[in-house]
Amino acid sequence: MGRTISFSDAINEALAETMRRDKNVILMGEDVAGGAAVDHLQDEEAWGGVMGVTQGLVQEFGRDRILDTPIAEAGYVGAAVSAAATGMRPVTELMFNDFIGSCLDEVMNQGAKLRYMFGGKAKVPLTIRTMHGAGFRAAAQHSQSLYGMFTAIPGLKTVVPSTPAEAKGLLIAAIEDDDLVVFFEDKTLYNMKGDVPEGYYTTDLGKADIKREGSDVTIVAIGKQVHTALEAAEQLAAKGIQAEIVDPRSLSPLDEDTILASVDKTNHLIVVDEATPRCNVATDIAAMVADKGFDSLDAPIKRITAPHSPVPFSPVLEDLYLPSADTIVRTVMELTGEDTAMTT
Amino acid sequence: MEASNTRTQTMDSHQAMWMYQKMSEIRHFEDTVHETFSKGVLPGFVHLYAGEEAVAVGVCAHLNDKDSITSTHRGHGHCIAKGCDLNGMMAEIYGKETGLCNGKGGSMHIADVSKGMLGANGIVGGGFPLATGAGLTAKLQDTGGVAVCFFGDGANNHGTFHEGINMAAIWNLPVIFVAENNGYAEATPFSYASSCENIADRAASYGIPGEIVDGKDAMAVYEAAERAVTRARNGEGPSLIECKTYRNYGHFEGDAQKYKGSEEREEHLKDKDAILQFRQYMLQHNLSNEEGLNKLDEQVKASIQAAVEFAESSDYPDAGSLITDVYVNYTNTGRES
Repeated sequence: MGRTISFSDAINEALAETMRRDKNVILMGEDVAGGAAVDHLQDEEAWGGVMGVTQGLVQEFGRDRILDTPIAEAGYVGAAVSAAATGMRPVTELMFNDFIGSCLDEVMNQGAKLRYMFGGKAKVPLTIRTMHGAGFRAAAQHSQSLYGMFTAIPGLKTVVPSTPAEAKGLLIAAIEDDDLVVFFEDKTLYNMKGDVPEGYYTTDLGKADIKREGSDVTIVAIGKQVHTALEAAEQLAAKGIQAEIVDPRSLSPLDEDTILASVDKTNHLIVVDEATPRCNVATDIAAMVADKGFDSLDAPIKRITAPHSPVPFSPVLEDLYLPSADTIVRTVMELTGEDTAMTT
Repeated sequence: MEASNTRTQTMDSHQAMWMYQKMSEIRHFEDTVHETFSKGVLPGFVHLYAGEEAVAVGVCAHLNDKDSITSTHRGHGHCIAKGCDLNGMMAEIYGKETGLCNGKGGSMHIADVSKGMLGANGIVGGGFPLATGAGLTAKLQDTGGVAVCFFGDGANNHGTFHEGINMAAIWNLPVIFVAENNGYAEATPFSYASSCENIADRAASYGIPGEIVDGKDAMAVYEAAERAVTRARNGEGPSLIECKTYRNYGHFEGDAQKYKGSEEREEHLKDKDAILQFRQYMLQHNLSNEEGLNKLDEQVKASIQAAVEFAESSDYPDAGSLITDVYVNYTNTGRES
């Protein structure tokens, strides 16, 4: 049964559904409940996270399971890794993915490597939820998209949902998964509404989704950029060009087959990734297709990314920083040999 | 350790007027940003310092441009106390080209290195090692300068607190760690998140002095800071001062602050107000009179209004500046495609 709810509420539901089913699922993070040990505060008045995403969960599950932590990322993320390895199934919130600087060791050297180092005799069923993305005027230390950095680490999985329904299904799948999963939530998508099934369901990790079918060019887009690409596809359709939009949804594992099959059909590939351009996921996907799908290509692969710079604060600069539908359209026109001067 | 109530110091009128002016500037600046933000004019997040003025001002009264400070999310007050230009600050918060960081940093990264203001900081706990490093420079280059790390009660549980202070202690660096314990880390009470009763108690484990002061009392902060700065300048190493204070606004603008008690809010906005208390002190000690202070307040209001007008009439940065200043010298900073 579908109904329209927000991306934020879909995530809240995923947490509630899994916590009802499994008492080992807990949520740990900074102000995930909020106002811990404040006598006069009613649970319904508590923050529920800095953006209110987890609001209401403390009323149903209590403060032992919706656990506020000190501002100590290395401490609580590391504790979540070990709680997972010793029998819990925690979800921990790294408020902004930029804060990974404070706890990278716990993720990269502990959580992601335990299983391998211990010869397969350990598992870390931990989900790290974290906010990413530019466009919120949140400046250089609260706006990055760092999924590429995590995707480079063997032993953990990375998920970047683009719609409310998928956010719910992918988060439940991430929590069910026995590996460490880093789950990226674009802060500018939280208010986005969409049809979301009720109840408990999963959306497979490692399975891409074709958001729009087309025959002329494949556009692989990540997270919010799926929507930028869809906007560009509408403009391209008006010019007689049919773009196929592929949303990988999880970056590790990456659904190479769906991407390669699409490129085999369209013979053109553009990857849209709002992260910085060096060593990012767009580059990784481009390399994969150059390696395994070269014979399908009629033109060079193009990457549309942020510039190689930190995220600027000023709204005029931040708008320029992000990929735009116009840039995608222009790139497609160049790639397919259409004369932009005649069609704009 | 007890809050210090004894006056060891008399203050001259010039110094007192400077402190009053800076506290008044911070209050009016923040109240103005609060009002402007609520109208939807300002982009992004702002975290306001109103209520904590006595801390930044009481400490920075002992500093000069050779001295460095590190700051927090709540950095506007530190900027003003360290002498940053009000126009440049306001323009930065508006994201304008004329801002202290040319619009690239915003409220959370506002900085002026020429004034020794090493930046507001978006990372909780980010300041401890930075202040220690600035103290290392001061020591190795024998500048005579000191470094001050302003940090909130939230940061005192962060690992960098331990690492930064320990290094400053083992290397005997001229660093003053100033805790602004306003009772809440975001929406979480200090008493929940910290295993100690006072942040200053933790100083003992580094073998450095830890002092608790009433952070609403500018004179108490001023005197404690003088002791710590003197120690640092004399090569006697780091100190920790814990200022018990309160923020008048929420963690960020838009925070409903339901975790705060209504009585505590009331008393801090009235009787315990840092500016009212310092005003009383000045009047009692004949450091100024009502007329003089009222006139100063009016001048401050006008300067803040001028800063708003400056910011509003300034241009946004040019598109070309998007990729400048990533490096000193590096040519390939363009985007793909």
